[in-house]
This record gives sequence, structure tokens and C-alpha cells, in this order.
Amino acid sequence: MIEAVNDLTLFADGFLSLSRNSLANIWFLLLAVLLTGYAILDGFDLGVGILHPFVARNNTERRLVMNSIGPIWDGNEVWLVTFGGALFAAFPEAYATVFSGFYLPLMLLLFALILRAVSLEFRGKVTSNAWRHLWDSAFFLGSCLATFLFGVAVGNMMLGVPLDPHHEYIGTFLSLLNPYSIVVGLLGVFAFALHGSIFLYLKTEGDFQQHLRPVMWRMYFVFAALFVVVTLWTTFTVPRAVETLHAHPWLWVVPILNVLAVLNIPRAISKGIEGYAFISSSCVIAAFVVLFITALFPFLVPASNDISNSLTILNASSSEKTLGIMLLIALIGMPCVIAYSAVIYWTFRGKVKLEETSY
Amino acid sequence: MELDLVFLSRIQFALTIMFHYLFPPLTIGMGVVLVYLGGMYLKTRDPAYQQAQKFWTRIFGLNFAIGVASGIVMEFQFGTNWATYSRFVGDVFGSALAAEGIFAFFLESGFLAVLIFGWNRVGPRMHFFSTCMVSLGSIFSSIWIVVANSWQQTPAGSHIVPMTREVLDEHGQRMFNENGELITAPWIIDGTPVMRAEVTDFWAMVFNPSTGYRLSHVLLGCFIMGSFFILSICAWYILKKKHVDFAKRSFRGALLLATVSSLLIAINGHQQAQNVYQYQPAKLAAFEGHYESDGSADLTLFGIPDAEAETVHARVAIPGGLSFLVHDDLSFSKPVLGLDQIRPEHRPPIWIPFISWRLMIGIGTFFILLTLFSYFLLWKGTLFEKRWIMWAYVASAGLAVVANQVGWVAAEVGRQPWIVHPPIVRGDDGNPILDEEGYLQYKMVEAALPDGTPYQRYAGLSTEDGVSKAVAAEHVAASIVMFLFIYMLLGAVWIFILNKKIQHGPDPPEEGFGESKTVNMFRLEGDREHQHRADAGLWDDTVQRDDTVQRDDTVQKTPGGDHD
Repeated sequence: MIEAVNDLTLFADGFLSLSRNSLANIWFLLLAVLLTGYAILDGFDLGVGILHPFVARNNTERRLVMNSIGPIWDGNEVWLVTFGGALFAAFPEAYATVFSGFYLPLMLLLFALILRAVSLEFRGKVTSNAWRHLWDSAFFLGSCLATFLFGVAVGNMMLGVPLDPHHEYIGTFLSLLNPYSIVVGLLGVFAFALHGSIFLYLKTEGDFQQHLRPVMWRMYFVFAALFVVVTLWTTFTVPRAVETLHAHPWLWVVPILNVLAVLNIPRAISKGIEGYAFISSSCVIAAFVVLFITALFPFLVPASNDISNSLTILNASSSEKTLGIMLLIALIGMPCVIAYSAVIYWTFRGKVKLEETSY
Repeated sequence: MELDLVFLSRIQFALTIMFHYLFPPLTIGMGVVLVYLGGMYLKTRDPAYQQAQKFWTRIFGLNFAIGVASGIVMEFQFGTNWATYSRFVGDVFGSALAAEGIFAFFLESGFLAVLIFGWNRVGPRMHFFSTCMVSLGSIFSSIWIVVANSWQQTPAGSHIVPMTREVLDEHGQRMFNENGELITAPWIIDGTPVMRAEVTDFWAMVFNPSTGYRLSHVLLGCFIMGSFFILSICAWYILKKKHVDFAKRSFRGALLLATVSSLLIAINGHQQAQNVYQYQPAKLAAFEGHYESDGSADLTLFGIPDAEAETVHARVAIPGGLSFLVHDDLSFSKPVLGLDQIRPEHRPPIWIPFISWRLMIGIGTFFILLTLFSYFLLWKGTLFEKRWIMWAYVASAGLAVVANQVGWVAAEVGRQPWIVHPPIVRGDDGNPILDEEGYLQYKMVEAALPDGTPYQRYAGLSTEDGVSKAVAAEHVAASIVMFLFIYMLLGAVWIFILNKKIQHGPDPPEEGFGESKTVNMFRLEGDREHQHRADAGLWDDTVQRDDTVQRDDTVQKTPGGDHD
């Protein structure tokens, strides 16, 4: 046992030959992977929550909507928890700056996430219309607010936030609610609603499924309009986003694939191959994350007031040793996580049915 | 009145962690029971085991959901309210937390789905495997978080060093030297070097001096919580003469776990107290209200501590008891370092640790007496007829909650004024070296500024230095109100639903996992009927869900005889 532990430590030391800068960059990419996993997976169940009051016409349909994500939403949210933990571990300075700087929005986010979690759990426990209505509203409100806040946070990170030399946020709550970030927040809401509507379509059948078809189209048009607005707005207000693309022309592949994926969604829906539409909407979300991190690089938290107060990836990072140990943990842990997540998704494959254990 | 940021942040942390900590001990404790029930069912195929497993899983799922929801708050709160602390400990603490996310949270929440929703989708073996994974996941998560907390109490495998940072040019571009490496420089703001703790030896950090004792203490506390929770519900069924056979069976199993855990935690607690004395003598002195370092030390049973007068009033004590407790000293005379040798500014508050420590030990002792006496009655065959004992068990779940909570309160408040406790300065013999005024000394670390001026700081972090600087006290006050609101709501709904599930009781035993024709047919027909009604638009108000069906819960004659 002790020997095994020693071997592991030696193996960990192997990573230490990488410089702190390379390790920090690797972790920057790994955080992007966690964020992508979160956005795609929790994206559809947040989307389902946003659509919930608008698509379900009676109690059975409401339960179908909730149970389509019933067994998996909790696992999806763990991607966020792990993202938070990894950010803390790999980039403590960035974690501290962003979480304390975005204090009130984060408290609202926690409120939204708790509301959402318990509304799923509690809704079916009492047979009363008022009770159900209360938790239906909470489920919608929680999903919508959480998604919007994620978008607002991304918008602010793109623009940069005012920081002092200690990397402490010196703006106000209201300065976070600037027009650009609000529009990015709306884009997030409709991107997830679209993603969720396709997911829900795939999980349902019969009359209810047909009822969802026009919903997908409506979500798509609003999303596409916001997509154009945000793309143009970003090009003009966040020069860094474009500069990185100019510096590394091969990265143009990402926005091009992104546009193709956006265009593929209506094609797939009208051809009746909704599975492909879901893959496309997942790709769109992944492309958003990649574009977001290319716009940030080499910063983690750009300062809008004085660029030298920015948190770079290196300055925000943990020591070489910690980053190396964490990389080892991730290399052992993540394949297991992906393997058994796949098994669990496979267990709950197929159309959603209401059973004895359903919500 | 000026709002105090440190005070409010501490209140919020206490509020949210205490609410959260209602649930992990329940899930960890009950998880072990579920593994046992699942394993026994696989081995014996006795439907009674599965009946119990299904019932306790329903309650487990409810507790788990609230545990997860309130757990996210904890993870975020380090950054939102304790940003300076996060910057200081991130390098050490973070790897434990990340490991918790990857190894524990994914395991728990992924397989929980199979546990709760998978009865008809997977076979009994896969279901049992999932039960084991959920239980393992919940234990894993306790390991990592206790490792992190223990490091804060007794840091090891780390050092505190000044940070360097890369330098940007005036356009915010990175600068490289001739070798293509980033140019870095010491990070100094207003003449103060920015310092943080960094890992030097991962395993020494994980197995720091208090990890082993504290982790076993926490896990035993969880087993006590889980088993007394089950005992409490079973005792209530026995008192109300409902599901009596089921209740007695579960009671016997849980009683064994409760007895063993209560006995072990007493032994473990004794060792842990000695560990606390060695590394955090101020904390143990606060537990005991111990102010006199000279002569033999008495063990206070009752008393009113007085920090001003540095004494305990109305004291009832065992002479030399503390000498024995701390040094295993049979002469009851060795001296024990007291608060008189701790600088006043380094003393923990006394009231809270003093009371919570006593409460925890009192409840622990009560549990030992109660469980041992129950075994005596069980042997005589009269246990389940003694109504007062059953009532004591109904109340015991509450006591177990209190014991778990106050144990942590004592540990955390006793660590004050430090958030990361600095090591003690020791001589070659391992004993603390006192300074010239006769006070205990905490380790300092030094860093030289570029101009050669020395800079010194404690090898720890005080709680008031750990809070977020970017957050206003009013914002924390607002979020406390929000948490109060949402947790009161959650707590009320939790108790309401828990009560409903307990009132509903276990379903009758069945031939598990879709093997029984009759049960399954009933279910299919039920489903078809639901579907039919749903198609006809009748669903909304006419159909009640299974667990809302009111039953006539009168005296039960045969196991499961009250069903339908």
C-alpha cells in the first residue's frame, strides 16, 4: 500500500517537470472542458425548466416535462460544483476575485438553484393545485434566473471588470447589469430554451411531442436573432475577442463551425432528424465556451479600469506542485466519471414514462 | 449601528453550515444501512429486506436532495464571503475540494439516480452496486472535506511563501525574456509581500496530525446520526403499533450500529482530546474552562465560566481529572497548559466551546447508557414493551442532531481567533516553548523585501483577516435574510414531507425487481389507467399519487397486511 502511494507520488512528480505556466494553461483548458460539460448537460435541463410553464398543458404533461430530466439533472449540476471546486483549486485568486466581486448575483444564483432543486423534489408530494402551481412557478423562475445570471456573468467577463491592485472588485452590483451583459444573458436563456426544447422533443412521444414542434421553431428564431446581435456587438465592443482570432488564424475554424451548427438546427428539425438538431445545439454551446475562453486568453479576469490589474492565467494559478497533483487526480477521476455517467444515461434512455418512483 | 462584516460573515457561515450539516450525517449513516439491506437481500432474497430497503431509500432520497442543494452554498461561500482566506489557502485546500468534486460528488449524484429511479430498470446486482457507490461517494466526500478542515486546525505538508507574478507591459501584453520565459517579479503591494500557503508534501497534508482522529470521529458521528434516526422512526411505529414487524426488525439492526458507534466514539473522543491538547492547547483549555497551568488539573463537570475573572464559578470538578484525561496520568497530578498561558488576543471565546463540548459528551454518554440498557432489556425480552424507552428513542434522533452540531461548533469556535491555526513553537523535546512573558508562542514566517527589510507574519491566518474585502456588510446582511427565508421554508417542507413518508410507512414486501407477476400486473394496469385518464383530460384533479393515498392505519395483523 505504502509503495503504491509512493509510486503515485513519483508519477505526480513527473507532471512537475512541466512549468507552472504550462500546467496553468492546461488547467485553463480543463476548466473550459468542465464548463462545456456543464453548459451542454445542465443546459438542456435548465432549458426544460424555462419552457415548463409554456409547453405543458395539464398535470400529466407537467410531470412528463419534469421527469424527462428527473434522474439526471442532479448529476448534471455536479459539473458546476466540480467546476467551482476546480476553479478554487487551480486558480484561487480568480475564484476569490470573481465570487466576492459578483456577490449579489451569486447569492441570487444560489437562491435560483436551490429553488429549482427543491421544486422538482417537492411538487409531486402533495395533491393540491395551489401547491403544484407554487412549485411549477419556482421551477420556472429558478431555471430562468440561473441561466440569465450565467449569461450576465459571461458578458461581464468578456467586457472585463474594474479591479484594484489586490485583484479586488471595485465596481457595484448595478454596473454588472450593463446592456451588453443583459443581452448575453438573454442569449443564454434562449440558447438553453432551444436546447431544452429539442431534448424534450426527443424524450416525448405522441400528441405532446407534436405540440413541441412549433415550440422548437419559435425558440430557434428568437435565439438566431439574438445570436446575430451578440456576435456583432461583441465584434465592436470586445476587440480582444477578434485580436486572438487574428493572432491564431486556425481558430477561425470555431466560429465557422459554430455558424454551420446554428444553420444545421433548422435543417435537421425540418427533415425530422431531431437527434442531429440536438447534437448541433450541443455544438453551438460548446463553441460559445471556446469563443469565450479565446476572448479571455491570456487573462482569466481582465480588468476594465487598468489592464495591469488584470488577473492573468499564470498570476491567478496555484503552485506547480498543486496543479500537477490535480492533473493526476483529474486523469484518474475523469475517465471514471465519463464512463459511469454514460452507463447512467444509458439506463435512463428512451422516452420518459411516469412510474411509481417518478416526481 | 455599524454592521460588522466579519461578524455577519461568521453568522452566515454558521447558519448555512449548520443547516447543511443536518443532512450529510443522515445520508452517510443511512447509506451504510442501505448497503447492508441491499446486500442481505441479494444473499437471502428475503423480501422483507427489500421492503425495508425501499422504505429507507425514499427517506434517504429526500435527505440527499436537501443536502445537495444546501451543499452548493457551502462551496460558493468560501469565495463569496471568505475571499482573502480562499486566496491564502486555495493552493492547499483547493486540491482536496477538487478531489471531492471528481471522486465523491459525481459518484454520489450519478448513482443516486439508479438507487431511486432504477428499481424497474436495472437488476438487483446493479442496484446493489449503485447503493454501494452512493454510500462510498458520501464517505469519500466526508474524507476530503475533513482533510481540508483538519489542515486548517493542524497544518502540515505546506509552507507559507511570498508570491511572484508575471509582469505586463503598459498595453497589458505579456513580456518574455530571451529564453522565451514569462518575466515574473515578487508580488508586493504597498510594501507588503502577498503570501499564501502552498503544498510541499501532498500526503503529509492529507494525513496531517489530526486527520485520522477527526475523520473517524466525524464518521462515527454520522453512523450515530443515521442509526438513531432509524431507531427514532421505528420506535414511533412500535409505540403507535404500526408496521410492528418491520419496525422491530429495522430497530434491531440499527441498535447494533448505534451501540457499536457510541462505544467507539467515546474511545476515539478521548484520543482526539489528547491530540487537540498537543496541537491546539488553547482550544482544549477553552473546552474545559481551564485557567491554571500550575499543579494538577481538575476536570470540570459543571460550572459557569467567566472570561473576565479567568475562572469558573460554581464549579463541580473531579480533582486531577484533566491531568488524567490529557496525559493518561494515573497520579492525577501532572500540570495542563491553561488559558493563563495564552495571550488574551489569542484566546478563543469561552462560553460557546465550554457549553457545546459538555453537551456533546453528555449526549454521547447518554447514548452509551441507553443502548447498553436496551441490550439488557432485549436479552430479557421486554425491550419493545417499555414505552418510556421507546419514547427516549423517538427523542434520540433530535439529540443525535444536537450532538453532531455542537461537536463541530466546539471544534470551530475553539479554533478562534484563527481561521488557519498556526503551529506552536516547540523545543527539541517537543514541548512548547513559552516567551519571556510566559505565553505560548505561535510560529512566525519571514520574508525579505527586495530592499532587504525583513517582513514577519504568523504562520496562520486570523479569522478577521480572512473575509472578502470586495463585499459590503449590507450585502451580507441581505444574503443572511435570504438564507433565513429559504432555509426556514426548506426546513418546514422537509419536516412536512418526512412526516408524510413516515405516516405512509413501508409498502408491503414484494418479490422484488419485477419478478412478481401479480405486483407487476397491478402496476401495469395502474399505469394504463393513468394513461387512459390522462388522455381523457381527467388527470389533473382526479388521480392521486401513490404516497398521497390515505390509509386506514389501524393495528397491523400480519406483515404488510395493511396494504390496499
